[in-house]
Amino acid sequence: MPSITMGEAKTLLLCGVGGQGTILASDLLSRTIQAAGLDVKMSEIHGMSQRGGAVTTVVRFGNEVHSMVCDEGSADYILSFETTEALRNIPFLKQGGTLLVNDESMKPQPVLTGRAQMPERVQERLIGYGAKMVPASKLAREAGSPKSANVVLLGALAASLPFSEQSWEEVIASKVPPKTIESNIRAFHLGLDCARA
Amino acid sequence: MAFMSGNEAIAQGAWEAGAHIGVAYPGTPSTETMEEFAKKPDVYAEWAPNEKVAVEVAVGSCAAGARVLATMKHVGVNVAADPLFTVSYTGVNGGMLVLAADDPGMFSSQNEQDSRFYAHSAAIPMFEPSNSAEAYRFAHDAYELSERFDTPFMMRTTVRTSHAKTVIETGERVPVDVKPYEKDPAKWVMMPAFAKPRRVVLAARTEALKEWVEDCPYNTVEMRDAEIGIVCSGAAYEYVRDAMPNASTFKLGVVWPLPQKALADFASKVDAVYVIDEASDYLSSHVKALGIAVADFVNPLPTCGEVSPLAISHAFGKELPPHEAMPNDVPGRPPALCPGCPHRPVFKELSRMRAIVTGDIGCYTLGALPPLSAMDTTVDMGASISMAHGFELAMAGTEHRPIVGVIGDSTFGHSGLSSLLGTAYNRGTGTICILDNRTTAMTGQQGNPFNGVTLQNRVSREMNIERIVGALGIEDIQTVNPHDVDAVRTALKAATSNDDLSVIVFRAPCVLLDKKNRKPACEVGHECTACGSCIRIGCPALSRDEGNGCALIDPDLCIGCGDCAQYCRFDAIHVPAPKGEAHA
Repeated sequence: MPSITMGEAKTLLLCGVGGQGTILASDLLSRTIQAAGLDVKMSEIHGMSQRGGAVTTVVRFGNEVHSMVCDEGSADYILSFETTEALRNIPFLKQGGTLLVNDESMKPQPVLTGRAQMPERVQERLIGYGAKMVPASKLAREAGSPKSANVVLLGALAASLPFSEQSWEEVIASKVPPKTIESNIRAFHLGLDCARA
Repeated sequence: MAFMSGNEAIAQGAWEAGAHIGVAYPGTPSTETMEEFAKKPDVYAEWAPNEKVAVEVAVGSCAAGARVLATMKHVGVNVAADPLFTVSYTGVNGGMLVLAADDPGMFSSQNEQDSRFYAHSAAIPMFEPSNSAEAYRFAHDAYELSERFDTPFMMRTTVRTSHAKTVIETGERVPVDVKPYEKDPAKWVMMPAFAKPRRVVLAARTEALKEWVEDCPYNTVEMRDAEIGIVCSGAAYEYVRDAMPNASTFKLGVVWPLPQKALADFASKVDAVYVIDEASDYLSSHVKALGIAVADFVNPLPTCGEVSPLAISHAFGKELPPHEAMPNDVPGRPPALCPGCPHRPVFKELSRMRAIVTGDIGCYTLGALPPLSAMDTTVDMGASISMAHGFELAMAGTEHRPIVGVIGDSTFGHSGLSSLLGTAYNRGTGTICILDNRTTAMTGQQGNPFNGVTLQNRVSREMNIERIVGALGIEDIQTVNPHDVDAVRTALKAATSNDDLSVIVFRAPCVLLDKKNRKPACEVGHECTACGSCIRIGCPALSRDEGNGCALIDPDLCIGCGDCAQYCRFDAIHVPAPKGEAHA
């Protein structure tokens, strides 16, 4: 039996750049949802997108979940690992949805080679869309594990989801390398505190 | 309860049903299916050099009495079509399942063909799951059905079923003995005298399957409001449930053959029948062919790319949720060759010499993108070599730029080898570059005949490309380290300035093979004049300082390959000595 009762299925969109750990974060999220006894589906795109391209995964959960994709105007939550990708995925945010964004920007190849520019005033504009900015890389370094920015972001997301801290911690501990369990759990809590602040 | 992708679920289902031999060629979105199957206890699994070989190995094992699994992406089915169309005549001994993983939306493919047409054309029954639980169940049941109807079965997935994880309940493996083999040329020797009677057997089997499919447990009718009846399959069923929760649905789990009577019965119970197509008109055209009237949507579904819940809502004239527009100043983020990729200097030099480059399928297709822009064509696996020959033929006797075919090691083994055989045999000219990065990189670093790594880490042979090429009678063969830019330039110049068929093997490992032994990052010195030469090799680790325009190297991305330093005329990029060698 689910330990949580809920209405319509919720849609989460995680976006970022290939190599940032979006898929691991989506997997940890999905397993936490599953541990709560809810139905969950997670859709990811492999392939060409692995080579530094834009990546998105979609996690949907509820008492019963059908679609595994997210349409425009349909994401209850967007968790973006990078600012430009947050802007790119803005059309997917449901009106009144939650937007959490890592405050880091990564230049794509066309910008690196001078064929395109980064968007201007990106943080200001994201905040205009209602974004909560999360200094995930800084917090990950504080946690003692610079690579755990994805877990910091997951912590920030956890603040708006109905799952217990203990169940998040159990899932993180079961999925990250044993030596990094403590720093990842620290990273998770720093993200959680940041979003609650 | 497990949480599995469709690919993992197919491997699990096949394994529980007693399949113990698996053969595949990697291809997105199918690849993980065979990788997962290979991890199961008591199975033998291998990578074949291509999908045709994979299916033929599977047919052999099946004829000998074993339950087998063969997996491939949709375009691989084209390669495997030859044996598939005839194994439909021979039927099976042990059960056989072939996975065709389609890619509507073309996330990682050169086309979005619909494998369901193959099932119809080859008269091979085909499952299509909507989620992992069904992928598991269908894969499991396919084996008993394959043996009962004496036919191979196919399973069609799409990227949304292959790569979506959903909750499933798995079971136990039931080992199945290899059936006895008895010589039976009338069944297995498909020469005209035997194929003609098997054609009749095939026709009778198709009739039996059409009868079976009428009330098989894999198609599901869900009656809700009688106003709208929707026929759908695969992921589209899940979209329909979200978009039109009150509509009645006929969900096809078997997409060939279609159940004529059951669909007609469904049509008689609803006011109008709608069919959800995706990327082809397979489903609507086949439903119409059964004499069932199919209603038009208020707004047509997209004819290209994926459908989605909103596309279906829109088709039925429902209002769509409001949303922000995408800002118009967001730069694209295309994938790029990795920092340190050994392909980069080859494409940079091909670009500099303005060669006509016929390309192929793999990571190196990214050489087509700016700033390298060093590729003229990409069509299918192996086409780089055969198309280069075609270019040479058409441009013979004219002044033309050098024609260079570029192919990776795994793709060379897949079908480039037979292309090269054709060029050599017909005394063709031109230059072929084989980019041997020691792995099948694009799909996730699988083994192949040229790195000698096998799927289950059995001892293998490492094929020697130069000796194979030499055995074709090709004399101008060079082996070059692609990280030595001068050597790359000299080799390409020599190969393209003679009238022979020349082959250059560029050999250096993919940077993803050995992430741990990264060299220290390169550094930019005060000598930098902001000329931008290094930027134009298109390395993701390199950018310009926004103030003074000088080169910047991202120390987290740079792996210290030093390729960029070779393009710096001012010696401004310093390549640190590898660890442990600094004080040697």
